[in-house]
Amino acid sequence: MFYPIQIFADWLTYVVLNIVPGTKLGAALDFFVFDTIKIFILLAVIVFVVSIIRSFLPAEKVRKMLSHKREFTGNILSSFLGILTPFCTCSAIPLFLGFVQAGVPLGVTFSFLVASPMINEVALVMLLGLFGWKIATIYITSGLIIAILSGIVIGRMKPEHLVESFVFENSIKNPLGLPNMTWKARIQYARDYTWDIVKKVWLYIIIGIGVGAWIHGYVPMDFLAQYAGSNCWYAVPLAVLVGIPLYSNAAGVIPLVSALTEKGVSIGTTLAFMMAVTGLSLPEFMILKKVMKVKLIVIFAAIVGIGIIFTGYLFNAIL
Amino acid sequence: MQIQVLGSGCPTCKKLLERTKSAVEELKIQAEVEYITDIQKIVSMGLMQSPVLAVNGKPVLVGRVPDVGEIKEIIAKAVA
Repeated sequence: MFYPIQIFADWLTYVVLNIVPGTKLGAALDFFVFDTIKIFILLAVIVFVVSIIRSFLPAEKVRKMLSHKREFTGNILSSFLGILTPFCTCSAIPLFLGFVQAGVPLGVTFSFLVASPMINEVALVMLLGLFGWKIATIYITSGLIIAILSGIVIGRMKPEHLVESFVFENSIKNPLGLPNMTWKARIQYARDYTWDIVKKVWLYIIIGIGVGAWIHGYVPMDFLAQYAGSNCWYAVPLAVLVGIPLYSNAAGVIPLVSALTEKGVSIGTTLAFMMAVTGLSLPEFMILKKVMKVKLIVIFAAIVGIGIIFTGYLFNAIL
Repeated sequence: MQIQVLGSGCPTCKKLLERTKSAVEELKIQAEVEYITDIQKIVSMGLMQSPVLAVNGKPVLVGRVPDVGEIKEIIAKAVA
């Protein structure tokens, strides 16, 4: 499917720029041109399609679908809906309040809070473009399972007393009926949103792919295998710890990890790292302090963290 | 006329506040731009995303920070 881009990258590197094939510079540059073009095409197409779907499912509609849902079905539904809903740290609090006040159970709300940032369209584009559909599918499936299970476990713990009491005071006075969008409006929304995303991440992508290309061309094969190969027990938890403060940089981090995988970092460790980058975020935890006790944030982070570490070990063992 | 920017105090919300201020200035309308960080206000409007731009108490823009030009259009449309 991306064969024409490869031809173009080869032509640009070896014919136009006249770099000798087989050199490190040639390999790095060819890789950079190919990956950058491929990622930007995927980004435009996938974000646009997801935005169109999303225009049918605004957060307010999602909430209506989830309110008073039972455990399990509620957790599954909210995890799936979490994929489609964009997540920004600044929206974490209004989402949390809005869900709980509309009668969405806490456990179901947490499933949403896990799935929404972890499985987002940018991460999906980067995984699909740089790792292929198999790894992208594994990532989405494991992310969903982690979101569903974490929500169920947290719900079972009955953490209501760890949530600030004002959260439960229903303050929704005038739930506004959102106007029905015309197809023209949906397409415009999707176009604007895609453009917003591209503007936000293009620099990270280029830097990420640039450094990735350098690693691809210059770092010897299997260089990292001894430090982060699958037989190295501490690689997975370490990857998770390093990933927590790197939030919102999925666009720059994934190309980097993709190059590292090539040099011997095992796939389970890579998956765990990416999930930690997207799913566990320090700024989000800080903001959640406004609505819940620190203890609950720690429980939340620990459960999701354990899920991610388990996923890492699992895929290190079987892939 | 009353124009409000509601947000959680994050960088995105502040950006919307700044752009809204420039939009109001460029439109040369008599309006005060108010910045509200009380999230309950957003929730009570029935919304769940931040930031929100509201004109006379009605949300006209949710969860997005467009450029000044588009904000001008949005405000002008809401006033008309």
